[in-house]
Amino acid sequence: MHPAMKLVAQRLALGIFLLFLVSILIFAGTLILPGDVAQSILGQSATPEALANMREKLGLNEPPMTRYLDWLGGILTGDLGTALTNGQDIATSIGSRLGNTLFLAFWAAVASVPLAIFLGLVAVRYRDRWPDKLISGITLSTISIPEFLIGYVLMYFVGVKLGWAPTVATIYDGMSLGEKLNAISLPVMVLTLVVLAHMMRMTRAAILNVMQSAYIETAELKGLTMFTIIWRHAFPNSIAPIVNVVMLNLAYLVVGVVVVEVVFTYPGMGQYLVDHVSKRDLPVVQACGLIFASVYIVLNMVADIVSILSNPRLRHPK
Amino acid sequence: MIKNIPFAAMVGLCFTALYFFVALFAPLIAPYGMAEIVGEVWEPASADHWLGTDNIGRDLLTRMIYGGRTTIFIATMGTILSFVTGSVLGFLAAVLGGWADQLISRFVDLVMSIPSLILALVILSVMPVTVPVLIVVMGLLDATRVFRLARAVAVDIAVMDYVEAATLRGEGGAWVIFREILPNALSPLVAEMGLRFIFMVLFISTLSFLGLGVQPPMADWGGIVKENKDGIVYGIGAALWPAVTIATLAISVNLVADWILNRTTSLKGGRG
Repeated sequence: MHPAMKLVAQRLALGIFLLFLVSILIFAGTLILPGDVAQSILGQSATPEALANMREKLGLNEPPMTRYLDWLGGILTGDLGTALTNGQDIATSIGSRLGNTLFLAFWAAVASVPLAIFLGLVAVRYRDRWPDKLISGITLSTISIPEFLIGYVLMYFVGVKLGWAPTVATIYDGMSLGEKLNAISLPVMVLTLVVLAHMMRMTRAAILNVMQSAYIETAELKGLTMFTIIWRHAFPNSIAPIVNVVMLNLAYLVVGVVVVEVVFTYPGMGQYLVDHVSKRDLPVVQACGLIFASVYIVLNMVADIVSILSNPRLRHPK
Repeated sequence: MIKNIPFAAMVGLCFTALYFFVALFAPLIAPYGMAEIVGEVWEPASADHWLGTDNIGRDLLTRMIYGGRTTIFIATMGTILSFVTGSVLGFLAAVLGGWADQLISRFVDLVMSIPSLILALVILSVMPVTVPVLIVVMGLLDATRVFRLARAVAVDIAVMDYVEAATLRGEGGAWVIFREILPNALSPLVAEMGLRFIFMVLFISTLSFLGLGVQPPMADWGGIVKENKDGIVYGIGAALWPAVTIATLAISVNLVADWILNRTTSLKGGRG
């Protein structure tokens, strides 16, 4: 077997094992915590009959192992159970919302990845001069403000004062792509700002790291211009770390989406999760938590696999 | 000593001290009571109400001061908890090695493979949302990050000659951890503490904003945003004040942490 393939297979196996462990953690995490789940769902004033009913409904009377296997089996066959609060099928509710969330994350990625790489290149080209310092300063301040506040700051200045974009991101099925993009312009901007900072700083660091190699010095001595050196020599060699950075930030995007959706009342997974956490609707929370965690783990795994595959030493062993 | 502090770190230190001072003496500084209704809804800024009033007519400056108190208190307690748990476990893992190290490290890897906000939401869905619970949940989730750092630093120190000397002369595990490793690992940990503190401030603000953190009528910066967010669409900027305070606090603490980190690396003969 090709050594690179072997590494990829190992990483895949590890990822699947991790997903399995995470499902246990999410399931058990809501059980082993102190306190009675039925009690915390119904509140302190619940009658004993109501508590008994709730326990029955949650299946709390059965042994944990059986419940976990039922739950896992259901998830693997696409049955996520029903929500406690309104009795709706969770899989149907999640279906369209997951699509909306991915739509938002996709456009944020489309906007932020090229921009981050371009700004990273500019920062390296004008290293320690004012463009570099300006970019670092702006990105440092966007890191220091939580996502939801960036959302409101943009909503206030861009949406309300300037009136350039809608302040509420409502989308529904009949909308054309253009209308949808207009509706999500502000959330996309927030997410872009949030991940841009991390991605740009890491890109800058990755390229700077490569810039210290001997072949860069050779290129400089040949008399190539700075941009040619960065574009032709430094950039191809920093693709692996950059792809890694991009993947990690896409994973981060998946989490940032939760808060941003609440800010702009966007009908996605994040809002669904937060709503049902405050309603203490356990099956929904477990399902959403598992989906978010899986996306995060899968993206991290892809990042690792890409960096294995992009390493020429592993692709062409002696 | 004071002369050697660079300008940026000095500014950071002053602002951080100011915030902590206001947080400590909030009841003396705040012009009105925390839940006292003193005017109309969303009054503009005036001589009586420097920042105007909030969504039910409470003085916004007072809310911000008390809010800072709650936010900084929870963040500080959370940071302390995460540091004590994280560094003790990290040092233990480094000193013990073997299966104990593997067990703790792999568990930490597992917890870190889930985004902390998602895990916090899952846990808070079955726990009562009170201040002690929030501190414990945030502190323990964040302890995984501290554990990584503490273990990495301690593994380097544990192979030093003086640690070996201590072990050979028969000192126990507690001595090695607290008298040999801790003093030498302190500076990177202190620098990291600043960053963790900021992370805690952002974390608790986010949870409160989502309605799963500090509960009303208590004020905190995230909660103030939640209470006043409806004003935004009418062009009332009351909800934006926490952005200013959180950003200045975060940047000041970062400046101080950067300076501590630079100072310690130059002590080790690294880049100054």
